[in-house]
Amino acid sequence: MKVRVDMTMCEDHGQCAIAAPDVFRMNDESKLEYDPNPDDSLLAEVEEAADVCPAQAIFIED
Amino acid sequence: MRPQVVVVGASLAGLRAAEQLRAQGYAGDLTIVGAEKHKPYNRPPLSKEALSGHGPDVTVEALSASLAFRPKSSIADVRWQLGSPAVSSDLAEGLLSLANGQVLAFDALVVATGLRPRRLLGDTPTRGRHVVRTVDDAVSLRAALVPAVRAVVVGGGFIGCEVASTLTSLGARVTVVEPLPVPMLRGVGAELGAALRAHHEHTGLQVITGQGVSRLIGATEDAEQVAAVVLDDGTELAADLVIESIGSHTNTEWLQGNGLDLTDGVLCDNQLRVEGRAEIVAAGDIARFPNPRFDDIARRVEHWNMPGETAKRAAVTLADHLSGHATTTDPFTPLPAFWSDQFGLRLQSFGSPGLADTAVVEHGALDDLDGGLVMAYLRKDRLVGAVLVNVPASEYRRYRDAVAPLPLAV
Repeated sequence: MKVRVDMTMCEDHGQCAIAAPDVFRMNDESKLEYDPNPDDSLLAEVEEAADVCPAQAIFIED
Repeated sequence: MRPQVVVVGASLAGLRAAEQLRAQGYAGDLTIVGAEKHKPYNRPPLSKEALSGHGPDVTVEALSASLAFRPKSSIADVRWQLGSPAVSSDLAEGLLSLANGQVLAFDALVVATGLRPRRLLGDTPTRGRHVVRTVDDAVSLRAALVPAVRAVVVGGGFIGCEVASTLTSLGARVTVVEPLPVPMLRGVGAELGAALRAHHEHTGLQVITGQGVSRLIGATEDAEQVAAVVLDDGTELAADLVIESIGSHTNTEWLQGNGLDLTDGVLCDNQLRVEGRAEIVAAGDIARFPNPRFDDIARRVEHWNMPGETAKRAAVTLADHLSGHATTTDPFTPLPAFWSDQFGLRLQSFGSPGLADTAVVEHGALDDLDGGLVMAYLRKDRLVGAVLVNVPASEYRRYRDAVAPLPLAV
């Protein structure tokens, strides 16, 4: 699947990194880094991350 | 005939419940009933960037569009019944009546009607009084925000403090009135509440605690326009705007007459099944359920992650009922979480600080919140909550995982 985070919407809440740590992480500057092409087996946790994003900034494009 | 599931409530909980019913394999008809005319949208920005990020001319349509959730394609065929709230129900007959006179028949029901703001007593004055729950509320408040406007925020909870912060950033002169001894007492406890107050006062906010509002006074030339707030001790605060953030009522009136326990929201079991009803579940702010992560007392939890969490479990419970085979009986043990942005601080809470008997500073100092603080909340020596102030998000997971670990240590 393809994952895109609209960085103009992202507010660095870090909730995605808790929901889907294999795909999203907050770096040492507490800025988001993510894998834009995660394995399809991670769909459930990526959907969870998108659901819990306070800024609704995560887009899943398959 | 295809089964009919009606979701009553078109906010986050109702949306997620519908999506999760599909995810659980429910293929029958789905109707979502909403009191507002808008499709589900994200409410937390209403007290923050929805006000600060738009000009006074922002329209209800533009704001609701910008905050709208993107529904999953699985519910593209859902029937939306928006703009008319449910007013009564006959659960035994499977009938739901809406304010516009429509009657909907259902086989199963999701109760997700949430909350509405409590208002100050007194019908007059009528103008200059605001609440912040809906996009319409936010648009009305934004339009009233002229430079140097004098605003009194009644209620120093999270929403009150966030609104105070946003209004201050927009040039308003703001006073917060809170009847309890410190702001946000239930959410963060006395120590951190006092520290947040001190921090906010440094930025110019006026905070009055230990005082309620006894009445509102209208302008001499126009009694319908608010002009002042009178506190319990008789103090008068001049006010062009009054923001009422004094808590909520649960929207349960439409369920009356069915023998349910509606004491505070809707009483549910741990699987979000409405007590005594196999075909009815509840989700979101209105669901009162026991969380064995903490104890066996049923509570409502108004934290942002709970609509999503409760909707998912409620959907599993209902899908099991409709399909006739159980997929899960695991205890439902969500960890509440919320955040708040106010006066340059980001607060992140995990767990239930409100259940604690003791709060201790784990990291940082109460007189330097900007520098980062971690507050730990203990109940009988067990960590039940943590509030992080200006802590890097890269550290959230560590603190979250430390709070109220399962299985519950007895």
